[in-house]
Amino acid sequence: MATTKKVTAIKNTPKHLLGIQNLSVLEAKEILTEAKSFIKLNRGSSKKLDVLRGKTQINLFFEPSTRTQSSFDLAGKRLGADVMTMNMGNSALKKGETLIDTAMTLNAMHPDIIVIRHQDSGAPNLLSQKVNCTVINAGDGRREHPTQALLDALTIINRKGKIEGLKIAICGDILHSRVARSNIYLMNMLGAEVNVIAPKTLMPKGIDNLGVKSFTDMKKGLDGCDIVMMLRLQNERMQGSFLPSKREYYEFFGLTPDKLKFAKKDALLMHPGPMNRGVEIDTKLADDINVSLVKEQVELGVAVRMACLKLYCK
Amino acid sequence: MKEKILTNVRIIDPSQKMDEIGNIVIDEKGKIKSIGKKSGTSKSAEKIDLKGLVAIPGLVDMKAFVGEPGFEYKENFRTLSQAALAGGVTSIVTMPNTKPVIDNVSMVDFIIRRGRDKAKVNLFPCASITRQIEGNQMTEFGLLKARGIIGFSDVNKTIQNSELMSRIMNYASDIDVLIMQHAEDYELAKNSCINQGEVATRLGLQGVSDIAEKIIIERDLSLLSEFPCRYHINQISSKNSLNVIKKNKSNGIKFSTGVSINNLSLNQNDIGEFRTFLKLSPPLRSEEDRLSLIEGIKNDLINVIVSDHIPEDEESKRLPFAQAATGSIGIETLLSLSLELYHNESLPLEKIIKCLTINPAKILKIDKGSLKEGSDADICIFDLEKPWVVKAEELKSKSKNTAVENRKLQGKVKMTLLNGEIAYSN
Repeated sequence: MATTKKVTAIKNTPKHLLGIQNLSVLEAKEILTEAKSFIKLNRGSSKKLDVLRGKTQINLFFEPSTRTQSSFDLAGKRLGADVMTMNMGNSALKKGETLIDTAMTLNAMHPDIIVIRHQDSGAPNLLSQKVNCTVINAGDGRREHPTQALLDALTIINRKGKIEGLKIAICGDILHSRVARSNIYLMNMLGAEVNVIAPKTLMPKGIDNLGVKSFTDMKKGLDGCDIVMMLRLQNERMQGSFLPSKREYYEFFGLTPDKLKFAKKDALLMHPGPMNRGVEIDTKLADDINVSLVKEQVELGVAVRMACLKLYCK
Repeated sequence: MKEKILTNVRIIDPSQKMDEIGNIVIDEKGKIKSIGKKSGTSKSAEKIDLKGLVAIPGLVDMKAFVGEPGFEYKENFRTLSQAALAGGVTSIVTMPNTKPVIDNVSMVDFIIRRGRDKAKVNLFPCASITRQIEGNQMTEFGLLKARGIIGFSDVNKTIQNSELMSRIMNYASDIDVLIMQHAEDYELAKNSCINQGEVATRLGLQGVSDIAEKIIIERDLSLLSEFPCRYHINQISSKNSLNVIKKNKSNGIKFSTGVSINNLSLNQNDIGEFRTFLKLSPPLRSEEDRLSLIEGIKNDLINVIVSDHIPEDEESKRLPFAQAATGSIGIETLLSLSLELYHNESLPLEKIIKCLTINPAKILKIDKGSLKEGSDADICIFDLEKPWVVKAEELKSKSKNTAVENRKLQGKVKMTLLNGEIAYSN
């Protein structure tokens, strides 16, 4: 009997998920739809599927990570893949092995998917040219973190029903943030209006050409926003080279209940984690279940990664 | 050798304001005997008919890296000179950032002897301005010059210390040596690998503002007004730098300026998705900057076009962009890429050739870049119209890191003469 092939937007194997910039709207929507179906599964008591049975997934992490790494780990396992996680922070690179060497070594083990996190922008692109399996970007330098943006989108859709027509503010260290970049592309693509808010020293040049409005004032930037995404500010940036002090940053850019009032009444708060309580965000606000979506983000992260693994590994 | 006569060739020689169809007679010693439409003939001479082709003085490339000593796996004298001759270049200024660095007299003797044995082009070695290119202590300008060093350059490093720079200029002025500066402020350029702006933001790479270049040029030109010496800015890349140069030239400060053919032919968008062969220093900047550099040549604010030939092996380039080596090869494509600026009506032909021949020769104070009677018959003969496609594997350099792979060009070298002998022909 002839079977009709399911038509999908994601074809041409092996296909890589290197960034939101390379995605079409259809592809993004397909991932989100697929992810939705996993939310329920993840909340149930029997969480195991066999979609990826027999497939090998290697998590190649050159940079330390807790949530992204465990999320990918779990996602692969729930789909039935054999998952191997390699923390490269202190092994091959210190022996002078290049990314390409590592890639060739791993390639010889015939993985089906490599999930890579790397401190250099463009590393996943380079890897994808040298291996013959699917490459999924789990964050590269300050360029992209596509699965984070996708999980953010799913979280918003889950709460607000849609993204189109919403106004989203991204606040904090935009300059060094891959989360900000991926979210700018994705939210724009899905029809939201995006504001970015940062002190001038943490605002990248040419950001306005990415289709956002940039602000240095929380009051103006948050005005009328439905979603407020806070970014992590790394400690080393706060000691005089980019900003005068933690205290001064919190005063002007830290999210407090008072500042949140500049946004819409029903505005929701997001954070990719890990949070610096008292630096970029008020600690009570971060835990306020009526406002904060932080836990939900982590939860849906697994669903989104399952969707990506399933759709890209065929 | 026998006397030679090149006939029916279009001769363009900016050094004598010549653009006419005529003959070139080369005597037994490899010197130009007579040139131009009134040039005589001689029955005994070997005749070469060059109808439809153009003859210009052999190109003088003021910035190229030859791997010897220390980096023979990237390039050597033999491969460099083959690439040069295939590109019509007959005189090369070689950079001192070898291993060991050319910063002392014994290294100069080595490089001159080695070059004479292995290379088939005229080599003019540079020594470093500071010992070990560390930017701390100046090298022995006087002794090095006496041994045959043409000029001083820290290549892609900049003298950051203003006091040292002022002393270098002050000392150099007395003994008439050429100081060639790469203009980049280290703090502003820290960790950067691309121009600052939208492209850098999208690629997530650390960008460098053109202020890093401008600030050093401004400083150096201020110092130069106090300590006038022979000063040359290796390569500029931006409109902002050009404005500084314009202002200082109109104030009567004397210096010269170069530009890489890459910055004239490419912009930051060509980097695409992390093409490391286009990671250059100074970086490729915006289209506006590129166009302003062309204007700079038109207005004589920029005097020299260089190849900035930097051979790099594949291993150094096959890395994430931030870690990859900087530079691209270019000596073989220098003329053809420059001719593109004529074909797309950016610059007049005479101006382009001037920046590749007599202008660098004058700055270096060498007897090259001209086809005047009595000068060495170093001649580049090319077909102005011939279309071709750049293929890395066909280039003669040992390393294949060309920034213009697959580019369709018009104009190709047909023959190169060195001291009257045919050193290359295809």
